[in-house]
Amino acid sequence: MTKCIKNVICTFCGTLCDDLEVDVSDDGKRIEQVRNACAIGAEKYLHVGNPGRVVVPRMRQADGTYKDVSYDEAIDFTAKTLLKAKKPLMYGWSSTNCEAIAEGNILAEKIGGVVDNCATVCHGSSLLAIQDTGVPSCTLGEVKNRADRIIFWGCNPAHAHPRHMSRYSIFPRGFFSAKGQKGRKIICVDCRETDTAKVADHFVRIKQSYDYEVFDALRTLLRGEEIPDEVGGVPREKLQELIDICKGGRFVTLFFGMGLTHTLGRNHNIDAGINFIRDLNDYTKATLIAMRGHYNVTGAGQVLGWQYGYPFACDLSRLTTARHNPGETTSVDLLVRHEVDACMVIASDLAAHFPFEATRRMAHIPTITLDPHICMSTELSDLHIPVAIVGVEVGGCCYRMDNVPIDTRKVIDAPEGVLTDEEVFQRINKRVDEILAEAGCKDAAEYLEYLEKQEA
Amino acid sequence: MDTVTITLKKVPGLYLECESVTPDKFAGKNAEEIAALPCAEGKRNYVLGDWFEIAGAAGATAADTKIVVNGAGTDKCKYIGAWMTAGEVVVNGTADMFTGAWMEGGKLTVKGDVRSFSALQMKGGEFIIEGRAWNYLAAAYRGDWRGMQGGTIRVKGDVGSDLGTFMNGGTIIVEGNADIHIGTHAEGGTIIIKGKAHRRVGGQMVKGEIYVFGGCDVMMPGFKKIEEREIEVDGEKHVFNVFIGDLGERHPKSKGEVVYGHLYTLKE
Repeated sequence: MTKCIKNVICTFCGTLCDDLEVDVSDDGKRIEQVRNACAIGAEKYLHVGNPGRVVVPRMRQADGTYKDVSYDEAIDFTAKTLLKAKKPLMYGWSSTNCEAIAEGNILAEKIGGVVDNCATVCHGSSLLAIQDTGVPSCTLGEVKNRADRIIFWGCNPAHAHPRHMSRYSIFPRGFFSAKGQKGRKIICVDCRETDTAKVADHFVRIKQSYDYEVFDALRTLLRGEEIPDEVGGVPREKLQELIDICKGGRFVTLFFGMGLTHTLGRNHNIDAGINFIRDLNDYTKATLIAMRGHYNVTGAGQVLGWQYGYPFACDLSRLTTARHNPGETTSVDLLVRHEVDACMVIASDLAAHFPFEATRRMAHIPTITLDPHICMSTELSDLHIPVAIVGVEVGGCCYRMDNVPIDTRKVIDAPEGVLTDEEVFQRINKRVDEILAEAGCKDAAEYLEYLEKQEA
Repeated sequence: MDTVTITLKKVPGLYLECESVTPDKFAGKNAEEIAALPCAEGKRNYVLGDWFEIAGAAGATAADTKIVVNGAGTDKCKYIGAWMTAGEVVVNGTADMFTGAWMEGGKLTVKGDVRSFSALQMKGGEFIIEGRAWNYLAAAYRGDWRGMQGGTIRVKGDVGSDLGTFMNGGTIIVEGNADIHIGTHAEGGTIIIKGKAHRRVGGQMVKGEIYVFGGCDVMMPGFKKIEEREIEVDGEKHVFNVFIGDLGERHPKSKGEVVYGHLYTLKE
């Protein structure tokens, strides 16, 4: 007999679908079936039963192989490595819960590290634009119930957020949107015809890296001024048509993704987009939402925001002051410029996504990876600490892409003896306190001087 | 004016944060006292004496003090001349980030390049860069809407992107070329580019003036040509195409007239 757990929160992408049904074996150890999820979400649950799961920490040996060690040993190694480094980087956070992030950030403050999350190579530029110019946003519930004009700009939810269109943006029938897709006009702006573009009513193909110019042209038209005949490969008439469609709507929502945040100009593209939406509010209600990728990358920013005031790239190396300057305190820059001397990767895969130079630097400095899986980062690390999978084996708070906190739930038990991210950080924090107390040092800066004296 | 020469003894492994290297902090101190000023590499706190040979003594006030920074590895020093209000600093080499940031007065000369975020939110004084400048020269700090407010910057080489973002005042003269985003969100000030500007010149500009001698690769759609005029710029007289913009952005009124940003490109 299996038992069915309903309303499970899918911890894969930023959409955080909350209607999954998971069949679990009687002993609560195996997942048999997943319903309502997309292909990626289903695999997130089903893959847990695959053989080969790492259940004890692994430490790199002199000959390059991994050797199993105890959690105590792993935690002691981590605490000492982070304390010994002058400027350690703690990167990742996007695939764990807020409780673990809060505990990890406390560790970063103690050891004088730089905390950075996946936004740094994702929507960090959106956050910069929001700092510069504000953001008229809304929740996905409002989009579902009200929006009748949807713009997808530089994003492809058909592949990246598979259930986004059916749950919120194109197909659902809501309170004020009873006609569903028939009542909505869908516009897709992209430099290539994606699968999202194929379901859109209007596809506007723009030249790559001309987003800023096109937004500027739209804003200029909106103010009744003249623009050139063609901007970014789009004729003036088409842009005017776009404006007319938006102005004719009752509720416009713009969704944007990497096509804006990681092409030429980055934060300026979002800045221009936000201002276009702000201008549209002179005529109708208009909002925009970032298509956040990982299920809790938004939460990583939220937690860092309430703890230290900055959503990502937060430099705590001064111990008493938090500093934030993307371009300097962002992970890629820190690694490429050789500005950090130790690295901890948490719930993310640095080596798989960073530029080669950054990954190479990460491989050359002491690196600890906290991850339930074997990934590229674990293979370049000195220590791999396996943990329970959030949303499957442990619950916790996560933030959806529209900044709505959702409490995820546990479905099955973690393998015996495997700790959660939060527990690992609690134990590292405790170990750091012990080491500082043993050395009689009040903080990590003093401990470095103490170590130098010991060596001399 | 008394001169203090500081020479790096070794190249920092990471980056050295040298906020103390300004005439304001050195003023009234002898070599020993200067050596005791703080600096930091990551979370490790040092004093300047740990890293620099210090020769000479400072004048009584910042205005009477000149600092010369020498040695291999100056490109690993951040914040040189940041927050300085008077006096003079000369860096014989390349300087890293935040060089001359929040500078309010005095003269700062860098013989090599300066890295990103230099002259951030500069308020006054003179800043000469003999090499090239990286990104965010004279821009606003992250999230701030007040960029450069006064003073003069002259760059002999090229500059990177985001030059003079949120600029409110002052003058920047670039003798080389510039990358993208020049004077974005500007509300005042003057930017002169003797070479070519790549793209996105004056985007979201409200007020201020940008001169581009070598032309822009792509013009912003929100700029409109209004006339051709002969103007003297940095000692040179030329006929310029005069554009107003960014017409997509809000524009305030002054004495009943709408105020626009101005973009000048050289008439062929």
